[in-house]
Amino acid sequence: MTTNVNVPSEACSTCPIHNAAALKKLGVDMANFDFVVALSGNPNTGKSTVFNALTGLRQHTGNWPGKTVTRAEGGFEYADHKFKLVDLPGTYSLLAASLDEEVARDFILFGQPDVTIVVVDATRLERNLNLVLQVLEITNRVVVALNMMDEARRHGIRIDVRRLARDLGAPVVPTVARQGEGVPELLQAISEVANGDTIGRPYHVKYDSPELQKAVTHLTAKVEAAFPDLPNARWVALRLLDGDERVAEALRKGELGDLTHGSLEQRAAQLQVVGNQ
Amino acid sequence: MTIQSSASAENIIQTAQSLRWEVGANFHEKLMESIYTDAARIAERAITRPGEKPRFDFDRTLDRIVTSRVWGFPIMVLLLMVVFWLTISGANVPSSMLAALFLDTIHPFLKNLAANIGMPWWLDGLLIDGMYLAMAWVISVMLPPMAIFFPLFTLLEDFGYLPRVAFNLDNMFRKAGAHGKQALSMTMGFGCNAAGVVATRIIDSPRERLIAIITNNFALCNGRWPTQILIATLFIGVLAPAHFAGLVSATAVVGIALLGILLTFLTSSFLSKTWLKGEVSTFSLELPPYRPPRIWQTIYTSVIDRTLIVLWRAVVFAIPAGAVIWLIANITITDTSIAEHLINFLNPFGLLLGLNGVILVAYIVAIPANEIVIPTVLMLTVLVTGATGVGEGAGVMFELESSTETLSLLQTGGWTLLTAVNLMLFSLLHNPCSTTIYTIYKETGSARWTLVAALAPVLMGFTVTFFVAQIWRLIEGLL
Repeated sequence: MTTNVNVPSEACSTCPIHNAAALKKLGVDMANFDFVVALSGNPNTGKSTVFNALTGLRQHTGNWPGKTVTRAEGGFEYADHKFKLVDLPGTYSLLAASLDEEVARDFILFGQPDVTIVVVDATRLERNLNLVLQVLEITNRVVVALNMMDEARRHGIRIDVRRLARDLGAPVVPTVARQGEGVPELLQAISEVANGDTIGRPYHVKYDSPELQKAVTHLTAKVEAAFPDLPNARWVALRLLDGDERVAEALRKGELGDLTHGSLEQRAAQLQVVGNQ
Repeated sequence: MTIQSSASAENIIQTAQSLRWEVGANFHEKLMESIYTDAARIAERAITRPGEKPRFDFDRTLDRIVTSRVWGFPIMVLLLMVVFWLTISGANVPSSMLAALFLDTIHPFLKNLAANIGMPWWLDGLLIDGMYLAMAWVISVMLPPMAIFFPLFTLLEDFGYLPRVAFNLDNMFRKAGAHGKQALSMTMGFGCNAAGVVATRIIDSPRERLIAIITNNFALCNGRWPTQILIATLFIGVLAPAHFAGLVSATAVVGIALLGILLTFLTSSFLSKTWLKGEVSTFSLELPPYRPPRIWQTIYTSVIDRTLIVLWRAVVFAIPAGAVIWLIANITITDTSIAEHLINFLNPFGLLLGLNGVILVAYIVAIPANEIVIPTVLMLTVLVTGATGVGEGAGVMFELESSTETLSLLQTGGWTLLTAVNLMLFSLLHNPCSTTIYTIYKETGSARWTLVAALAPVLMGFTVTFFVAQIWRLIEGLL
């Protein structure tokens, strides 16, 4: 177990192994958290396994897509900060076609987590990146957990992690959550993004069609003018162009604008509201 | 929020609408295409596959066997049989050990204690004979089979077999006008119907989701497995020579489970041709790679996560039910207990269905939890037959020393092979437990559909048992 590794206290404090010794799995104790972390990813990529590795909870995991349809929550403490971790349903996209996609999308959008982990199956990188790109449109506070690296190695797949991180504009951590491999590095990355030490410059999808590009640019400018604090104006513009009623509704009610200002307490209350839906 | 920002929001939405016209009808496709293209390009840049060589693919070979047209179904049924056979034959010994502890050691001790501190008889009866015994019964009957069944099932799940089951059943669900993913929510229902109903959230179309919710009750939940297992062992296993008894009982239980699956298809098909008409949606089901199950972790999580939680639920419901049973057996109106009034009232109807009044009363008492059907049946049978020498008196739940004793008690109560068969059928076909009904209401948000989901199975149960009883008696008359 990585949590029990005995490291001399003089070891360099930036080394993830050093801090892993300080991981405190808090289970269901989520009182007074400093940061909210969302856990998203395609179905069957090992989200629940990552969840268990971080919180010490034993949420049931299963080898089939669609196992988690509701949210599970847990807590952990790392480097003197308390984190609340929310395990979202596994989805292939965030277009909110079905209830589980809507749960995941609404949480990332309205719950405004401090960090969103996207768990990615390394053996199916291309398909999994579709979701990563969609999450990156909504938020720049993303950590990609490149999970199932053992299987990728077994299949002879080699992934250039640094290049992937550079292309995506977000930290990428290779993991084997089942064995706890890469969990210290993942914690370090989460902590850095939460504290603002790492600031992502997320890749944004290029829309080749000129008229599409023009419409997006025009509408993004309008959204930005009306809601200067919105972190994801371009994404909101895209959703509106796609006729997304839920996003239009949120814009009318001012839900998108308000959330970006709220204090931690207000946001906690807001999380509750989203959770009860 | 200011009025100004709301006005500009409206303005933005209107602009969006007019811009959408300019971009063209296939906006959504263009959007998705762009995402896919970029994802492919980024993935391409990051991945290197040094010297790709064709290799023996274990997953593909195994998939070809377990999802083959010929072998897929037999393998599925065989695996199910093995799981139940292990559960039935493995649960006997620990069950009787637990019963000996709870009923022969702790129960007399508590009774003595109550007598010594001078507890009034009614309080002693309500607390110890009613509540404590109900709890003890549920634990000793349910814990061992669940502690065997759940880990086995979870191992199959962890290995990656469940999506293959869904793959096998997908075509049949489509033919029934339902969603292929219903196979997964149905499989969850074999554990717990309330969980199965929640699992239907993976189905996107509301029509198909409703079908999946309504038919989930046909998946035998673990509250009903003990009833099936016990009755099959007592009445059907004994028809075979001793060394085949376990196998024959397991076959009977699997038969009922398969009947449930068949009824799932028939009901789904009926609903999709009548009130829930519509297109079948397509979906892609991913067959995840097989993974070596992590045995110790699986056993640990399935015991903690499933076994103990389900057991806790059963205990929570059994304790008040135990009190109710004791009360209706001990409060008398015109010299007859309430329980006997109820039983006598329902008896003619029960006999018409090839059941009896005791079974019907037990199913009313057991609405909160199916787990307590069998203890209630035994206790009420003692009350009605006035059998002496068994049990501890009116309204006392107990476990009999051996299965032969249970059998002879039930036979005194007028039970025949027909009663046993119809009880197994009725256990499959009756209303879901109150937790499931509440979950259905929460998920559908409709009182009307909740009512349909709750009442349709009972009506089907009445119909099926009625016809089985009539035909059975007709054949018996001819012989």
